[in-house]
Amino acid sequence: MESTLDIFVKAIFSENMIFAYFLGMCSYLAVSKTVKTAVGLGAAVIFVLVVTVPVNYLLENYMLKAGALSWLGDEYANIDLSFLSFIMFIAVVASIVQLVEMLVEKFAPALYGALGIFLPLIAVNCSILGGALFMQERQYSTLLDATAFSLGSGIGWFIAIVAIAAIREKIRYSNVPAPLRGLGITFIITGLMGIAFMSFMGIKYGKDVKKEKAPTTMVGQINNDKN
Amino acid sequence: MSEIAIKSKAPREPLFSKKNKKLITDPLTDNNPVTIQVLGICSALAITVQVSQGVVMGLSVIFVTVMGNLLISLLRNVIPSKIRIIVQLVVAASLVIIVNEVLKAYLPDISEKLSVFVGLIITNCIIMGRFEAFAMANKPWPSVLDGFGNGLGYAGLLVLVAIFRELFGSGTLGGIPIFGNSLPGEESGLYAMGYANNNMMILPPMALVIVGCIIWVQRSRNKSLQESH
Repeated sequence: MESTLDIFVKAIFSENMIFAYFLGMCSYLAVSKTVKTAVGLGAAVIFVLVVTVPVNYLLENYMLKAGALSWLGDEYANIDLSFLSFIMFIAVVASIVQLVEMLVEKFAPALYGALGIFLPLIAVNCSILGGALFMQERQYSTLLDATAFSLGSGIGWFIAIVAIAAIREKIRYSNVPAPLRGLGITFIITGLMGIAFMSFMGIKYGKDVKKEKAPTTMVGQINNDKN
Repeated sequence: MSEIAIKSKAPREPLFSKKNKKLITDPLTDNNPVTIQVLGICSALAITVQVSQGVVMGLSVIFVTVMGNLLISLLRNVIPSKIRIIVQLVVAASLVIIVNEVLKAYLPDISEKLSVFVGLIITNCIIMGRFEAFAMANKPWPSVLDGFGNGLGYAGLLVLVAIFRELFGSGTLGGIPIFGNSLPGEESGLYAMGYANNNMMILPPMALVIVGCIIWVQRSRNKSLQESH
């Protein structure tokens, strides 16, 4: 088993939401024109991920998974509701985002001013639902692990969007070929950053990882995770 | 009977009028959802390693955009605008559940490879974008066409990227070897002459670079799409 710290570090670097799985690319590309807004969106993503993934974890383990309803009594032990997980997860994400927005507006107006316009956007950010789905697929054993994963993923996303925003601010002073300006060059820079981030994959996490054959490509890594 | 039918149809717009055709053809080129509208990149690029995955993903998205646009367009007058996002998400999620169950039943291998990315169709910005921008304000038939066009534009780009990545990354197309046998010890075709697959193409970041190059080509052919920064 991986330790909680491994899960956390892995989620930030080698399994970065943006560079390894392209989750949340839409807002990543749309809101990365200046560092200030990028920081706001990144913070909102961390916040929402840390709130929603644990809730979805509880939902998955006490309601949706095969046999998860056994706490209700023996006759419910054979029920498998996992086909409902998409709709439950997205409903949880959408309603929590709405709830968080209201709470933040009421109790922390300053924070609302900073995050306000980004919160509604986040309900449809792939990285939030992606966090819940990866949590489901990887079967984290404790609530703590799932929370560590969500915090790590959020921080990874934050690092990625702030980094690209800083690069985009500077690239204005360079002479980029006209057809590549804007979107095109952003795609290519993200690709190059992804290649740089892949160097984190060589890091060995924990003690028992050494027994596994080290995956040579990210595809191998993804397949290993599945097994 | 047939005369009456024709007469009653006459004042209506023909099913494939010029305007309606434009709804399908525009997203394929000058208004492509991925390269121009910057929607739906999220769940797309990680699964373009093989053409077969790209095709399945593209078909799933076409199904969801068409059916979702139709449903939202039928419901557009009864959805309260304050909770429309949640209604749209529920429609998208139900359709994606159908897709996921069908894939699991009939294409288990591909379904396993696509893993979470089928679920992520729900938050694919194309789906929400078209619901919000088109289906909420238009009649069912144009909405269906719009959904089909945008789904197709997305699928087309996925397959194009997948062709590049599979051909140069693994030397196959749809699982069929193109450049000969690459197994060490029994090379044939190009491999016998010392050709080697570019393993970099299989890595996720290369998908972004390929899309960047596609945007480059498209925008150098059509100057009106270029941005100042």
